[in-house]
Amino acid sequence: MSISSQNTQDLTANTTEASLTERRRRRRERISVSLRYCLLIIFGLIMIYPLVWLIGASFKSNNEIFSSPWFWPKEPTTQGYVDGWKTSTPYTFGHFFLNSMKIAIPKVIGTAISSTLVAYGFARFEFPGKKVLFAILIATLLLPDVVTRIPQYLLFRELGWLDTYLPLFVPQWFAWEAFFVFMLVQFLRAIPREMEEASRVDGANSLQTLIFIVVPILAPALVSVCLFQFMWTMNDFLGPLIYISTVENYPVSLALKLSIDATEAFNWNQILAMTVLALTPSLVVFFMAQKSFIEGISTGGVKG
Amino acid sequence: MAHLSLKSVEKVYGNSFKAVHGIDLEVAEGEFMVLVGPSGCAKSTTLRMIAGLETISGGEIWIGDRLVNDLVPGKRGIAMVFQNYALYPHMKVHNNLSFGLKLKREPKEKIRNATAEVSGILEIGELLDRLPKQLSGGQAQRVALGRALIKQPEVFLFDEPLSNLDAKLRASMRVRITDLHKRLRDEGRPATVVYVTHDQVEAMTMGDRICVMKDGRIMQVADPATLYERPANAFVAGFIGMPEMNLVPVDLSWSESGKPLLELSGKGVAIDEGLARRIKKKSGKVQLGVRPQHIEVTTPNADNCFVATITNLEFMGHEINLHARSGDADFVAVISSERFDKSLQRGSKVGLKPVGSKVHLFDVDTGENISLASVDD
Repeated sequence: MSISSQNTQDLTANTTEASLTERRRRRRERISVSLRYCLLIIFGLIMIYPLVWLIGASFKSNNEIFSSPWFWPKEPTTQGYVDGWKTSTPYTFGHFFLNSMKIAIPKVIGTAISSTLVAYGFARFEFPGKKVLFAILIATLLLPDVVTRIPQYLLFRELGWLDTYLPLFVPQWFAWEAFFVFMLVQFLRAIPREMEEASRVDGANSLQTLIFIVVPILAPALVSVCLFQFMWTMNDFLGPLIYISTVENYPVSLALKLSIDATEAFNWNQILAMTVLALTPSLVVFFMAQKSFIEGISTGGVKG
Repeated sequence: MAHLSLKSVEKVYGNSFKAVHGIDLEVAEGEFMVLVGPSGCAKSTTLRMIAGLETISGGEIWIGDRLVNDLVPGKRGIAMVFQNYALYPHMKVHNNLSFGLKLKREPKEKIRNATAEVSGILEIGELLDRLPKQLSGGQAQRVALGRALIKQPEVFLFDEPLSNLDAKLRASMRVRITDLHKRLRDEGRPATVVYVTHDQVEAMTMGDRICVMKDGRIMQVADPATLYERPANAFVAGFIGMPEMNLVPVDLSWSESGKPLLELSGKGVAIDEGLARRIKKKSGKVQLGVRPQHIEVTTPNADNCFVATITNLEFMGHEINLHARSGDADFVAVISSERFDKSLQRGSKVGLKPVGSKVHLFDVDTGENISLASVDD
């Protein structure tokens, strides 16, 4: 009897201890989760604050920008946008946006088409020297951009392409960006070949298979290629700086710098306002593309 | 529709691995030919060579009276159903069906009629506006079948089309495909079919003839009954039939009365029922092949039986698989549940008497069946 009561006591003690440990464990977990999220929020805010400040400051007057680090304007004004849009040149900012598009659109289209063709070739066809060529392609990924700047400049000068947009997008028509080719090759490798084989049995040739079968399946990857290329083009400063010399042909990135050069006392509110506008196309394209990312065609036609 | 013939077809890969060793195969017009074999026997490679998805290293492939070696898949007059369906994921079912016809620039009216007819036959009319990802496995396989059917090809190629389906669906699709084949034959447009599978049940139930392959070679081409009753070699004998045929090395000698004697662990068993007339090789080491269904289980002291100890009993419902060991040899015998002696259990001694008319003897070196000399069973 006494033994059994002893056992019962032990059991109760064990149970209490177990629930105590469990409670401690939960409390520790709660604290750890709260800490993690606090840290994430703080770092997130630090990262995003400059952008928030930029948008806020674009509605401040020129004097207020430097008087307060807080992002919210005391006396909100759109004067920065109005004056900034006019610019100090004979052209409005809209003109420069148009110039940017004249570079970005052919560049994006060219990149998408040429990278797909080259990636399809590498991913799906056997040809002599394939491995060596692919190795060279990957090697160019590691090559710093700067190395090719001077020879390229000389080449384009010989072709008489200076102060035109051609040097800025023609190379992209020849799958110039190894990164995109590599990305598409990897994506293609993950797609089962049976669908392409089925289309060949259905009577499609390689090009028809590419257009009707591969490209639609590849769409999510192509969207990211276009997105990256568009954003990089909008942000590209060095390229236009080297090749474009007349103000009339300046894209947005150069035009922004222009407003800093043009006057002695910088109108920071105008610069900031135009910077905000310069960001918009990239953001709009990004959010549009994000939607199709999510709706991206899943490979539901193949089991496995 | 057309006949298909493979003449000394070879496949050698870049690393000089020879996958297919010069095979010859004739598939008659309207015939349902099944290629069956264990994985790695090059049955799919052979099919893909017929389709034109793999290049041919040697030999000739004829579809009808056309040599198709150098034709692209689309020009060979074939249609193929893939194991994983391979439907175009971004196209609705009706576009999946009509893609081939659209590429051929067939008139819209014809495409519409063909789609309606095929979706009627396969009962996929309600699925026409769905995307492949909205289909179940069985539905997707039917659409894949429809995509082949709509082209009215000369030869249908199936590459393990049912292996992704569950057992029940597989059984019903099996019936559906054979029914379809019969229906087309009855309608006067017989379909020549080459069907690849590793499943012997599919092979036996579906094929007019079966081609058993191993390591890139054809082991035997015959109708299901012949394969089962008169296997050309030990491989075919072991591959076809469930449970597997018992293959046991024995010594063949002859009794004074001229009956073949099979000796296993010192005990000779005389086999009657015409085996003597069928045997080519007259004595020495041979491999005895007898199906589990063709072993009578008797008492251990009965005449002319192998004495064995029961190692396991598997109750299958209507029958019992009896596993027994005699010396170094393992046997499986199938007994119907009603005739099973309930006193038998693991460790019991039994007599195993092969039914003479069903016994096969194989050459131990080549595996060739040496008991096919004349047909008298």
